[in-house]
Amino acid sequence: MIVSFNVNGEDRVANVAGSESLLQVLREELGLPGSKNACEQGECGSCSVELDGAIVTSCLVMAADCEGSAVTTIEGIGSDKELHAVQQALIDHGAVQCGFCTPGFVVTAAHLFEKNPHPETNEIKEALSGNICRCTGYGAILRSLEALAEEAR
Amino acid sequence: MEITRPTSLVEALEARAEDPGADLLAGGTDLMVEVNFGHSRPEHVIALRRIAELAQIDGNRIGAGVTWARLEKSDHRALAQLARTVGSPQIRAAGTIGGNIGTASPAGDGLPWLAAVEAEIEVTSKDRGVRRLPCSEFFTGVKRNALAPDEVITAAILPENVPTNQEFAKIGQRSAMVISTVSACVVRDDDGTVRVALGSVAPTPLRATRAEALIAENPDPSEAVLAEFVRTVSAEVSPITDHRSTESYRRHAAGVLARRLLERCLAR
Repeated sequence: MIVSFNVNGEDRVANVAGSESLLQVLREELGLPGSKNACEQGECGSCSVELDGAIVTSCLVMAADCEGSAVTTIEGIGSDKELHAVQQALIDHGAVQCGFCTPGFVVTAAHLFEKNPHPETNEIKEALSGNICRCTGYGAILRSLEALAEEAR
Repeated sequence: MEITRPTSLVEALEARAEDPGADLLAGGTDLMVEVNFGHSRPEHVIALRRIAELAQIDGNRIGAGVTWARLEKSDHRALAQLARTVGSPQIRAAGTIGGNIGTASPAGDGLPWLAAVEAEIEVTSKDRGVRRLPCSEFFTGVKRNALAPDEVITAAILPENVPTNQEFAKIGQRSAMVISTVSACVVRDDDGTVRVALGSVAPTPLRATRAEALIAENPDPSEAVLAEFVRTVSAEVSPITDHRSTESYRRHAAGVLARRLLERCLAR
């Protein structure tokens, strides 16, 4: 079936075979492999995208149910010329290790900072509580975002 | 696969009447796990998230489509507490209370609260209209419920006066993003009546009615009565051993957790 929705500001059309996830369609149909596929059960957050204004795990969104929706993926955040402030903060603080979880963290953190430009440490921790870093690099991730929150003050 | 995306309840009920047993999709956080792991291959999905009337909270009526993210801000203290323990922020943004009710997992975080406040589950069909079932009739077994193939879960209906004195807690193997090993909810009426409900310790949410009766007889319980309360709760539950915990630990933890919540209610 044909599903029409907006991805990163562009109207896109996807040919959806059945009950596959939004994650699968983004990666396999629409050429957007930035959202990562790991647990496929909503546990790890590496496939996080913004769907109609909320951060969700795209592995648990049925693509066929996205008709008319607006999706922002990691590819829609920042650009090669100008990184998003969250991306720059992660680089500045050495908060990227293997990098697999990074797109999910960036999407989630960018949404947080959009809603709340200077979150408290606990608010950052809570917002990121659904994103797992298997390198356990949480310290640097947290410090980078604390610094960004401080900058915004 | 076919998908129907109704924008009103009437349309959804028509779709369900036309194809009884079609899969209902709300936030997707349960169904898509089944799909991704090849345990479910839906032929026809009725997607419910466009139905505004299901996503409303109106007085004592919580629409089935209300997400956990919204319930985190509920005035019902224990409901807000439990909503914060559901999955991750991502899961809470998508998952709904109606989905929790429909999945009817023994570990469903919302179910002990619904049982403790004596909510009724409202289900609706095109042909037979609205039915309201108490939790004890709606939840019939592990991931089984009394929803008919042509019905849709439309709301949780709360009694007129829900006690403000209520507490929820759950035990799991880590402190966030965890499926409960044991969960419990205790509510206390102004007249001292106490209701105790537990999750993950039986096929369906379980009311510890003998423990409740013990507190009815001893509204200002001594240490001896509290110890008896713990033993009674532990005796009333019927947990199993599985990959998350053992029968004996769950029995023990159920009593301890219920007492802890009871004491919080009594201290207020």
